[in-house]
Amino acid sequence: MADKLRAQQQLEALQARYVGTGHADTTPFEWISNINRDSLASYVGHPAMLEYMAIGMGVPREKARLQFLEKMIQPVGKPPETQE
Amino acid sequence: MATTSNLFMLSLTVQPPSSTTQVILGQFSGTREQQLIIGSGSRLTLYRPDTHELKVKEVLSHDCFGIIRALSAFRLAGSNKDFVIIGSDSGRIAIIEYVPAENRFHRIHLETFGKSGVRRVIPGQYLAVDPKGRACMLASIEKNKLVYVLNRNTQAELTISSPLEAHKPQTLVFAMVGLDVGYENPIFAALEVDYGDSDTDPTGEAFRNVEKQLVYYELDLGLNHVVRKWADTVCRTANLLFQVPGGADGPSGVLVCGEEHISYHHSNQDVFRVPIPRRRGVTEDPERKRYITTGVMHRMRGAFFLLLQTEDGDLFKLTFEMVMGPDKKPTGRVARISIKYFDTIPVAVGLCVMKSGFLFAACENGNHLFYQFEKLGDEDEEEEFTSDDFPADYRAPYKPVYFNPRGPENIALCQTIDAMNPQIGCQVANLTDGDAPQIYSICGTGARSTFRTLKHGLDVLEIVESVLPSMPQAVWTTKTHRDEQFDAYIILSFANATLVLSIGENVEEVTETGFLASTNTIAVQLLGEDSLAQVHPRGIRHIRAGGEINEWHAPHHRTIVAATTNDQQVAVALSSGEIVYFEVDATGSLAEYEERREMSQTVLCLSLGPVPEGRVRSSFLAVGCQDNTVRILDLDPSRTLENRSVQGLTSQPHSLSIMSMVDSSSGGSSLYLHIGLHSGVYIRTVIDEATGDLIDTRTHFLGPHPVRLFRTSVKGQPTMLALTSRPWLAYSEPQTKALTLSPVNYHNIEWGWSFSSEVCPEGIVGIHGDYLRIFTIEDLNKNLSSESIPLSYTPRGFVKHPEYPLFYVVESDVNVLSVATRQKLISDSGVTNGDSTVLPPENFGYPRGRGHWASAIQVVDPVAQKAVLHSIELEENEAALCVAVTAFHDYGDEQFLIVGTGKDVVPVPRGATCGFIHVYRFEEDGRKIVFHHKTRVESPPKAMIPFQGRIAVGIERDIRIYDLGKRQLLRKAQAAPAVAHMVMSLATQGNRIIAADMKESVTYLVYKPQSNRLIPFADDVIPRWSTNITMIDYETTAGGDKFGNFWLLRCPEKASEQADEEGDGAILVERNYLHGTAHRVGLVAHFYTQDIPLSIQKTPLTAGGRDVLLWAGLQGSLGIMVPFVSREDANFFQDLEHHMRSTAPPLAGRDHLIYRSYYVPVKGVIDGDLCEQYLTLPREAKENIAGELDRDITEVERKVQEVRMRAAF
Repeated sequence: MADKLRAQQQLEALQARYVGTGHADTTPFEWISNINRDSLASYVGHPAMLEYMAIGMGVPREKARLQFLEKMIQPVGKPPETQE
Repeated sequence: MATTSNLFMLSLTVQPPSSTTQVILGQFSGTREQQLIIGSGSRLTLYRPDTHELKVKEVLSHDCFGIIRALSAFRLAGSNKDFVIIGSDSGRIAIIEYVPAENRFHRIHLETFGKSGVRRVIPGQYLAVDPKGRACMLASIEKNKLVYVLNRNTQAELTISSPLEAHKPQTLVFAMVGLDVGYENPIFAALEVDYGDSDTDPTGEAFRNVEKQLVYYELDLGLNHVVRKWADTVCRTANLLFQVPGGADGPSGVLVCGEEHISYHHSNQDVFRVPIPRRRGVTEDPERKRYITTGVMHRMRGAFFLLLQTEDGDLFKLTFEMVMGPDKKPTGRVARISIKYFDTIPVAVGLCVMKSGFLFAACENGNHLFYQFEKLGDEDEEEEFTSDDFPADYRAPYKPVYFNPRGPENIALCQTIDAMNPQIGCQVANLTDGDAPQIYSICGTGARSTFRTLKHGLDVLEIVESVLPSMPQAVWTTKTHRDEQFDAYIILSFANATLVLSIGENVEEVTETGFLASTNTIAVQLLGEDSLAQVHPRGIRHIRAGGEINEWHAPHHRTIVAATTNDQQVAVALSSGEIVYFEVDATGSLAEYEERREMSQTVLCLSLGPVPEGRVRSSFLAVGCQDNTVRILDLDPSRTLENRSVQGLTSQPHSLSIMSMVDSSSGGSSLYLHIGLHSGVYIRTVIDEATGDLIDTRTHFLGPHPVRLFRTSVKGQPTMLALTSRPWLAYSEPQTKALTLSPVNYHNIEWGWSFSSEVCPEGIVGIHGDYLRIFTIEDLNKNLSSESIPLSYTPRGFVKHPEYPLFYVVESDVNVLSVATRQKLISDSGVTNGDSTVLPPENFGYPRGRGHWASAIQVVDPVAQKAVLHSIELEENEAALCVAVTAFHDYGDEQFLIVGTGKDVVPVPRGATCGFIHVYRFEEDGRKIVFHHKTRVESPPKAMIPFQGRIAVGIERDIRIYDLGKRQLLRKAQAAPAVAHMVMSLATQGNRIIAADMKESVTYLVYKPQSNRLIPFADDVIPRWSTNITMIDYETTAGGDKFGNFWLLRCPEKASEQADEEGDGAILVERNYLHGTAHRVGLVAHFYTQDIPLSIQKTPLTAGGRDVLLWAGLQGSLGIMVPFVSREDANFFQDLEHHMRSTAPPLAGRDHLIYRSYYVPVKGVIDGDLCEQYLTLPREAKENIAGELDRDITEVERKVQEVRMRAAF
């Protein structure tokens, strides 16, 4: 039992430290949001990729960056209704 | 792992990326001079401004092998030198300094804080430093923030604390800046959004109410922890923060920039807000709101201002006014802020204002610009908007304000620094019939787009070009006294006469010089202190300063065939094969050595080395003989004219020169014998200064004519001018000190000599036919010279005419008004001509309009006229996207230009009304194109390629083969779908077509003429987001993807054979496997290049060179992959790379192997750039590595240098 508790604690520590670490009850919404946020952060973080997309969208890099960051707030729309 | 690959290539950078991530200003050398460091791609480049020439010059460029994301300069209290913190993808904080004495970067600290790679929660994206250099904050996009305390120990060395955390989960950071608080506790301001609530609220209410906050994080230096000190809600659109000076200089606080407003916030001040003025003009949308995209704060003595740039490129000057106290002195309270239009420059990613009055703009697209301030816009008539007229609350309505854009008034352009970023496409072709091909590339965006021609060679600046009465054979320059700084005479030798010109304000002929005018001349030399020697076929004429002339006559029936001189010695070779040797004695007269040396062969050329400092003679005389040898004779008094060593050659020596050059292996300079052969080969070999032995020979083929060598100097560095079918310069590369040979982009001069005058201290004088030309070589850092031709819009693709040296470029720009719309707006507005002056779009950009496209097809002649010959503007909101040239079966040899367009294209999310395929006919030898017809397709085509007298077009997921009909194109065959998402690029050979998908790598298809079917038969297992592919051979494809990878894929041989078997290919269709095709392609090589490869070509780059793979990246980089011929070489470089990884790990702390294996483990490619860093290592490290490799340093260096010299530049 102690082992199980320990594993649980370790998992929780991991989840707190690394955003997006899943658990048994991860919902599809959480999972997809997380992936999308990761992708958007990657677009902003890689200068070449940001430039590629800014040229494609016909906007300055700073505006493309802002768009991606804004999108990270809610990347895949509203969360689903939860049944209590 | 790499060892299992059966193909090895060496990756080399030909041109580093020029896209700027960030630019910082600081006193990096520890002197008062402000310098620039630009982070581009994985490179840090240091520039220093030259305030006399009004230029910035590159000092050092270093590849960090990591993604540079943020840079910041800081200075410890009491120090006068700025250090640099790098925020990269290494998961580490790296602090470096520039060491001016050794011209390199030195890493002071490297502390690990997280995983490597660009991740959402690993800091490295944002970097802010306390202006007093006491602390820095590194943040990630989400959640994590780390604060490091920077301090100094008793030895005045930098120390760094363990990180203090200021994490906040579910919080996104938009911008971060260090606050200027004087010597109070350091504060960092961040622009944050907490998305925690919106993630759990299904009604969407929380999302609508999400607030953006300006948060202050205070580092308590006493308690050593970070607290969230203050927060204020700002406008949701806010994107940037700027520091406002504090302490004694200003009110402290930050400027928050958002959509159409700039507001000032601070914890103890009121909020002030000004709008961003909109442009006035008939073609401008009066409702369009702007953002600030970059800016700079500049302090002057007792004052400061901010220059902020909008997305249009307009610069605004923002100033603060303080509340006046009773004593008429400003108090600490802000009264108002005001903004006014300053000037317009192209959109930049970074601006730097230097104390010396310069503005450096690292432009987002195209060349970087260096400006000088003429005034600060203080007393002009530009309207000023103050915060008094605008509500401080961001929710309150306000009236927009307008300004009139105008030409530059406050700044003047001094220099443009070439940058190919963004580079959309690239082709290598030899259109000028030169020895080596040229690189043609399409670069830039919008009105700053260019078509560039890159040529291997050094740029020259011509100073004089003058016609002479007849054809001279040779030219010299000389001083008349040793202590003079500049040359006094130019001596020209004709077939049977000699002419002396004096250099002064005018260059004119002089007669009373003592030179024998009635004969041709072989050599001219300043001897001793102030006497001159003229060597002519019949003897030597020694002209003393007083006018006294001593003649030495050649023996009867013999003439002088070759001569060499230095300021103490003269040696001549007679037609009989004798060598006569003279020295200047103590009295200043020329004394002949009593013995003559008989060579058994006819002597072709001679060379004496320069007299070493503090000695009376050079101890070596090199003699080139007809029997394909070069001999070194001793000149030491004890063994005068004795043989020291001999070297056999492949051809007769034509020219010799002993000259020392800067050298990478010794760290200083070493003495070299340079040999030019009849066969056009240049040889550089080291003379062992003790024994006279010739060691370490390097050869290079320069051209088909005999090579003539002349000593010159460029920027104080001794260089060798080698003249053959075209002029070349041999020099030591300024940074690596490696021997480099570059052609000089100039006329084919036949003779050259160094030239020095007041106007031109380091020039070269040359003869070209009956022209006398004087020129200088400007820069040895750059050996690719570029020419650019401006284009109208962002280029999307280009193609070369199959016969003529012409290119067809398709261009399109989104959200830009087309020419027709612009003209309609101007004519509708009814303004008179005077009011509607169109400002140059290169600086001001085109008028913008949402959903509009401006597009054109342009014919470019890069060779003869160097201009756009013809352009067709597309109408009805069509955008040209791809282009191809093809001949059709039924139309004989006639070629057609095919252009794929899209109508009403929306980039994100992807959409369009429909697509078209236009067909154009060529007229006037391709100099003009005429519209033939167009075919509507349901979606815009992205890739086209000629295929067996038809055209293969990629439309969405399909590949279709069209033939030319009378009124439109006729679909003949198709593969629907051919790929999973969208065809990005096509390549073909024989019946095979290879399609690259947007997300799913490549698919190999075969066309079966019997059944008229296109059948996919091989695909890939890894999702590669391909950008461009090219076929290397029938089985192999090279490609690049959007993440910055370069790869080679090969179809299994059996699958390849099976696909080409006779029949209708039914067997291929039947054998589909797991929803894919029947076969899988295998990975041959993989390499992370960091830049996104947008075009790849297999081509040789040098005259007679082997094929290499040239890839061109979006950020302006050009790289090559050189295949190894022998396994032995591959092993050597693999070992060297391995040792380099451990001896010289990358500066920013990224592990090199992991960096190159960013997405997929590196395979079959060795990083030549890392291997080349061997040349810049300290001697000791070089010795260690060479020892490990069981070779000596020169051997390792030679191998490293030769690969580049053979394959490219």
